[in-house]
Amino acid sequence: MTAVAAFGRLETELRAKRDAGRKLLVPYITGGYPGWQAAIRACAANGADAVEIGIPFSDPVMDGPVIQQASQFALEQGVTPTSILDEVPGLDVDIPLAVMTYYNLVHHPGPTRFADQLKRAGISAAILPDLPLEESGPWCEAADAAGIETIMLAAPTAPDERLPRVTARCRGFVYSVGLLGVTGERESLAATATALAARLKRITDTPVLVGVGVSNAEQAYQATRVADGVIQGASVVRRLMDSGPDAVGEYVAEVRAAIDAP
Amino acid sequence: MTALDDTPATLTAPPDATGRFGEFGGRFVPETLVPACQELEAAFDEAWVDPGFRAELTRVHTQYSGRPSIMTECHNLGAQLGIRLILKREDLNHTGSHKINNVIGQALLAKRMGKKRIVADTGAGQHGVASATAAALMGLECKVYMGAVDVARQELNVFRMKLLGAEVEAVHSGSRTLKDAVNEAMRHWVANVADTHFCLGSVVGPHPYPYMVRQFQSVIGDEAHRQIAEMTGGLPDVVVACVGGGSNAMGIFSGFVDESSTRLVGVEPAGGAAIGRGVPGVVHGMRSNLMQDEVGQVEEAVSISAGLDYPGVGPEHSYLASIGRAEYPSVTDDEVVEGFQLLSQTEGIIPALECAHGVAWIKREAPKMQGQTVLMNLSGRGDKDVAQMMDILAGRL
Repeated sequence: MTAVAAFGRLETELRAKRDAGRKLLVPYITGGYPGWQAAIRACAANGADAVEIGIPFSDPVMDGPVIQQASQFALEQGVTPTSILDEVPGLDVDIPLAVMTYYNLVHHPGPTRFADQLKRAGISAAILPDLPLEESGPWCEAADAAGIETIMLAAPTAPDERLPRVTARCRGFVYSVGLLGVTGERESLAATATALAARLKRITDTPVLVGVGVSNAEQAYQATRVADGVIQGASVVRRLMDSGPDAVGEYVAEVRAAIDAP
Repeated sequence: MTALDDTPATLTAPPDATGRFGEFGGRFVPETLVPACQELEAAFDEAWVDPGFRAELTRVHTQYSGRPSIMTECHNLGAQLGIRLILKREDLNHTGSHKINNVIGQALLAKRMGKKRIVADTGAGQHGVASATAAALMGLECKVYMGAVDVARQELNVFRMKLLGAEVEAVHSGSRTLKDAVNEAMRHWVANVADTHFCLGSVVGPHPYPYMVRQFQSVIGDEAHRQIAEMTGGLPDVVVACVGGGSNAMGIFSGFVDESSTRLVGVEPAGGAAIGRGVPGVVHGMRSNLMQDEVGQVEEAVSISAGLDYPGVGPEHSYLASIGRAEYPSVTDDEVVEGFQLLSQTEGIIPALECAHGVAWIKREAPKMQGQTVLMNLSGRGDKDVAQMMDILAGRL
């Protein structure tokens, strides 16, 4: 055993791009929502550096109305974690993929089985927003063993002594929660978004991406003046629901152009 | 005979440092809420041992809620069933249920913590009404989330909450019942954590809620233990309470859990039997028994009683079930309708539909409990259910 584990695929790619001066863009797509596969391909073709695939859960406490609605619709179509993961190898995109879901869908099959299932599907990383540091032991152990990177959330409410413990356990990237609230679009970028990103940048070399409440290209630009990148959730899913995968591609291209601006 | 030695009261001890009762409980919340849960845990631990806080709590219980609640022996129904049946009358509390015990405690704590607002979930509306009442009394703002289905079947309680100055928001997501009201209240808390206290209504949720709410409800068991000794000279053979999330049951169980000769029975609705039919899962911040499908999606509870329409259960109940200290049978809606009428007609006490679950179980099991003393927590009165029962019993009375 080497003392320092090598980075997984997601963190390796994000670090290399970040170090080359590129701002990072990670869109979120609700798995199982009609057109989700095409939407992921559209993200990859228009400048996304990775994609988060949401696995719908019946009780998504960190999600606002848009992602709740998409999740509920997908569940009503009979979508399951397995039905989504079975389709991941066929996506044939050349960027790393992460899943975002809630802990009961991991707890039910058990962390080891779930981590192995992600690995077999070609997933690089996982985000479990209702699994805080103190409860993450069994999952992280299973994920580490399977080579799945666990992306931890860092929140604006965390005191200074807590943040380094969160970032130390983080693999892939640090999910810097942009505001006090659930996922969804807001009129302006909260001051907490850049403030927390700045705190995190001071204490970790892992890429720091702002998510929750980064709602358009302009806000993505503002966030990336401090952070290494952004996650785009509700704004992407709303376009998928309203207009379909092509609109997702156009929006991702727009955000890409905005964050690439000097 | 019970032991009068100094056996440590292990089963009323706090949970471990991770908030677990055995392997149940914990704190599965978004990172944003972790500091708030830690702050609440510290504030509660400090307040609970502060004589000033406890004196104030007792003062409000005595001068406002109407404590201690009385005990009523049901001579008619007892004779009919061949048992000695005694009710702990939490239905006589101000606002009509045991919920006031918890919200007075949490509202005092919220003020002590400098919070301006409480946000609450509610099923039948009893916890919502109690929260709105405590908020009015203590000068706090109050927002209550209630599933749209429950808003429709408990419109009087919705009006009561509004009358008391609370804002009531109907929840249209998911199953549109208590589970979704809890989700929405948690979302609201995530967004307003700095000045808002989440006033959870049962022994559920992330640590410290299951423990804290049990402590606030333990006044039921403490009183009942003393009162039944005065009435009967001993202990009950059986203690019965209905279980949704399980706060009224934990309240009365806590007074008897260390009395190994007393049987503890938590009665679940057949359509929401988290312990009877569920397996361990994680939702609403806790690991506990949970009704879920084959992949782990949470199932919708379906019960005649809005207050028990909950697919999960407090983690301490899962623990007591796992060690065999308490049992959790279920009764059907039909048995509940019968129990509701039985207590009304034999004793002149209209029980809440939740408590009619306890009556239904006692009636069914009475042949096996002949001559025994059965103590039931009558946790709420049935006024709120009269309109619903009028529809169900149309033409039958």
